[in-house]
Amino acid sequence: MQPTSAPLLSADQVSAGHGTNLPVLENVSLAIHAGEIVTIVGPNGSGKSTLLRVLIGALAPHRGKVTRSAGLRIGYVPQKLHIDQNLPITVRRFLDLPHPVSEEGAQDALSAAGVPGVAGRQMSALSGGQFQRVLLARAILSRPHILMLDEATQGLDQPGSALFYRQIEEVRARLGCAVLMVSHELHVVMSASDRVICLNGHICCEGTPEVVSAAPAYRELFGSGTGGALALYRHEHDHHHHHHHSHDHDDHHHHEAAP
Amino acid sequence: MMSVLLDDFVIRAALAALGVALAAGALGCFVVWRRMAYFGDATAHAAILGVAIALGFSLSVFTGVIAVALLMAVLIFALTDRGHAADTVLGVMAHGGLALGLVAVALLPGMRVDLEAYLFGDVLTVSRTDLLVIWGGAAGVGVVLWRRWSARLTATLSPDLAYAAGIDPRREKLILTLLLAAVVAVAIKVVGALLITALLIIPAAAARPLAHTPERMAIVSMALGAVSALGGLQMSLRLDTPVGPSIVVAAVLLFSLSLLVGRLVPALR
Repeated sequence: MQPTSAPLLSADQVSAGHGTNLPVLENVSLAIHAGEIVTIVGPNGSGKSTLLRVLIGALAPHRGKVTRSAGLRIGYVPQKLHIDQNLPITVRRFLDLPHPVSEEGAQDALSAAGVPGVAGRQMSALSGGQFQRVLLARAILSRPHILMLDEATQGLDQPGSALFYRQIEEVRARLGCAVLMVSHELHVVMSASDRVICLNGHICCEGTPEVVSAAPAYRELFGSGTGGALALYRHEHDHHHHHHHSHDHDDHHHHEAAP
Repeated sequence: MMSVLLDDFVIRAALAALGVALAAGALGCFVVWRRMAYFGDATAHAAILGVAIALGFSLSVFTGVIAVALLMAVLIFALTDRGHAADTVLGVMAHGGLALGLVAVALLPGMRVDLEAYLFGDVLTVSRTDLLVIWGGAAGVGVVLWRRWSARLTATLSPDLAYAAGIDPRREKLILTLLLAAVVAVAIKVVGALLITALLIIPAAAARPLAHTPERMAIVSMALGAVSALGGLQMSLRLDTPVGPSIVVAAVLLFSLSLLVGRLVPALR
């Protein structure tokens, strides 16, 4: 978006993988600039999560280099977080990790993430959607320069994840942070992105959502149907979608399946 | 006044048990949260090897135990960090260390060693120097644990969250491993090598139903550990039972009680 300024975070010809196995990522270069929303899409096993883990420093690349701008604050929302049953922790205490935050800041962040009023609850008592939103609230409390989300809407239904991504757009507008996210929900995610990177071990193609969804490499990976889904989603998005139809369909289906 | 008090072996025993229980109570929470119980076993069992080395080379038992425990801790850390199946590695090290220690003690020329004291503890014979070492070690563990508590808690919840926040979770894991070795070294005189893990995990497990935050769990665990230590010592003096096992029995009673209270009074959570 701002090619003149230095990127917040960049990867230069990175190859990476787990252990001594064949690398999952080969020769990946990318740069994230302030304020942009970038989405990484790709099939299962394409190295999306590996790439994020390399970028946050959890995994050292076999080759290549990751550069973070000095003092970069990363807000990371993991794919899932298992909290041991033996570890009691309230939402409020969780928000204090690793650095204590003010009461007001905690309330604000929970509201911005769409879960006001859960501060006193145990993390283990939250629903999947609430849990992901609390992770988001914790991530924005560090006033990140870049927010990174790894399949953050796993386990949410489609309206739920659409809402989640709209909240992320609002967070971006408020904090002015860059957003880098990984998702398999192509149409939902792509509509909210400034730039899409299509990954399959290497970078197949990248550009605006329209450019990528028209690119041959992308169509080869995901088929051509998703281009239509993108348009459909944008249409629904503009008109505040209702999902009665799909619910009816589910009920009907269920009925038929009964012997 | 104080020195007269410390002349009483019961008072010394009580202070020793208390110091160990407080350190083990706090560190035990991390042992439970990170499922490091087997890890504690391996370090503690290897301590018997430290006893053999200390007696063989005429060193103080504490020196031998802390050296072997630290070495064991670093070794286990390195092996599990490389992705070896932790369960198997720890099993080999725990039982291998214990067996090797027992054989080494038997091979020591010209002395009959009272192994029971090292396997099950011998708190009634703690000296003033022992007390100093125990409380020094316990205080050291407490200070190190407290100083980077939040960072360590973050790393415990999720290594990736820690990395993203600029915390190195491997470093935190290594520090916890070393603290475990320190607790083993100060606890061997009190509860013995075989029951140290019990002192780490039972008070922490007993604290779980009574706590809604990690900090509260740590404080309750320390308190329950202290009550177990003093209650167990009392029981052992009255019934003439061995002190170490009596302390663990007291801890198990508190654990059962806490489960019951947690069920009946959910508001405590």
